[in-house]
Amino acid sequence: MWADARLVAAKDLRVEWRSRVGLGQMVPFAVLVLVLFAFALDPDRGILTRATAGLYWVATLFAGLLAVQRAFAVESAPGVREAMRLSGLDPAAWFLGKAAAIAVQLLVLEAVLGVGVVVLYSADLQGPLLLVATCLAATVGIATAGTLYGVLAAGLAVRDTLVPLLLLPVLAPVLLGATRASESALGAGIDGWSWCGLLAVFAVLYTMLGMTFFGTLLEET
Amino acid sequence: MTTPTPAVDPATSTASPLTRALGTLALVGVAATAWLGLVASPRDRVQLDSVRLMYVHVPAVTWMYVAVLACALASGMWLRKRTDGWDVLAAASAEIALLLTGLGLFTGSVWGRPTWGVYWVWDARLTSTAILFVLLLGYQALRRYPAEPQARSRMAAVLGLLLVPNAMIVHFSVDWWRSLHQDATVSKIDVTIEGLMLFTLAVSFVAMGVVCAWLLVHRFRLGWLERSAERHHLDAALADRRADADPSAGVAVGGAR
Repeated sequence: MWADARLVAAKDLRVEWRSRVGLGQMVPFAVLVLVLFAFALDPDRGILTRATAGLYWVATLFAGLLAVQRAFAVESAPGVREAMRLSGLDPAAWFLGKAAAIAVQLLVLEAVLGVGVVVLYSADLQGPLLLVATCLAATVGIATAGTLYGVLAAGLAVRDTLVPLLLLPVLAPVLLGATRASESALGAGIDGWSWCGLLAVFAVLYTMLGMTFFGTLLEET
Repeated sequence: MTTPTPAVDPATSTASPLTRALGTLALVGVAATAWLGLVASPRDRVQLDSVRLMYVHVPAVTWMYVAVLACALASGMWLRKRTDGWDVLAAASAEIALLLTGLGLFTGSVWGRPTWGVYWVWDARLTSTAILFVLLLGYQALRRYPAEPQARSRMAAVLGLLLVPNAMIVHFSVDWWRSLHQDATVSKIDVTIEGLMLFTLAVSFVAMGVVCAWLLVHRFRLGWLERSAERHHLDAALADRRADADPSAGVAVGGAR
């Protein structure tokens, strides 16, 4: 199963690396969102500094939506799904591979955005360990839930509008938890680790749900 | 060209003696609730007349949870049995859940205005109910989308089953989020209910339950009819297509043309 998952993840990442869509469009988009937030909220009055964690995760979430849609758009050409199915991949491994590929892209994006908030919003990172743990747990949560809801809508012509509607309310706890934990890492006096625990629970829950239901959603009609 | 006329499902309405009885009971229940709630029951000492919204709000929110659970259960059963009945039941209960969630949010904010002075507060329960509302809207969006019936049932079943863990984790996280802020939690205003008010609340619970059951039966039957109509159209279209390919067979299969 792990070998299958690695194969799928490597395939997705190779496609992304060669097409440069993720790097060339998703990352600039997320940075642009950061800049737009600065336009919307007056940077001189300290709102940006106080809202840094929330804005960071909203930008990540939006870019994550793009990553999820992209992950299934590359498989939407006629016959690709059938070919994948014929290859005898374990659906659970297929799910893990796709989620892992999305997670890797998101982690790269989060690193770039992290530099972005330090430079643009002059964020002061105090708890690096908590920050890394939060990023990992939140990323796995976004990637697994995103993969599950992505494949759910993958075959539909309306997937571009349906995926955000289905996925964003589901990811609301991730946004909450990641924002609180990051605020704690940026020096707010709250217990960040327990929020990080919530993120971990979400990630484990969605990994299990995804491995259970991915096969059902891929079935031949 | 005349349309072919294969055997049509004889049902022309979704009513039956049982639903008529249920409908009558629902009407009586609503009338009783209205009379008890608006006329007979006393006004609250603090909240005055606005407390009467409780007789719609509380039952709506309670039955909302039941409807969401019913949708998740029916979705799970569809995944096991793969029979149309469970799919239609899940669709019907999700619609009722959406209706009740909307009703709960609407009456809640109307109630909130005189009680708290605002239509909306970022209270844990309000926020998680609002997210549940969006989750149910997403479910409806998927349901409404014209897709191949079997595929749509499958997607809807997974989505319906996920409603419960999603609602739970959203509720848990939002609850935690708000409890950190130490706001005066509005839903914790202590209202001791007694006497006629309690009786009215009990009647409104039953009435709302009967209304939901009545809606559910009709919506189920309508869904069932839609399903057979879809199949019927598909059969007719197939027969037509076959007739196009082979005119001699067309007379036999599709009737006059």
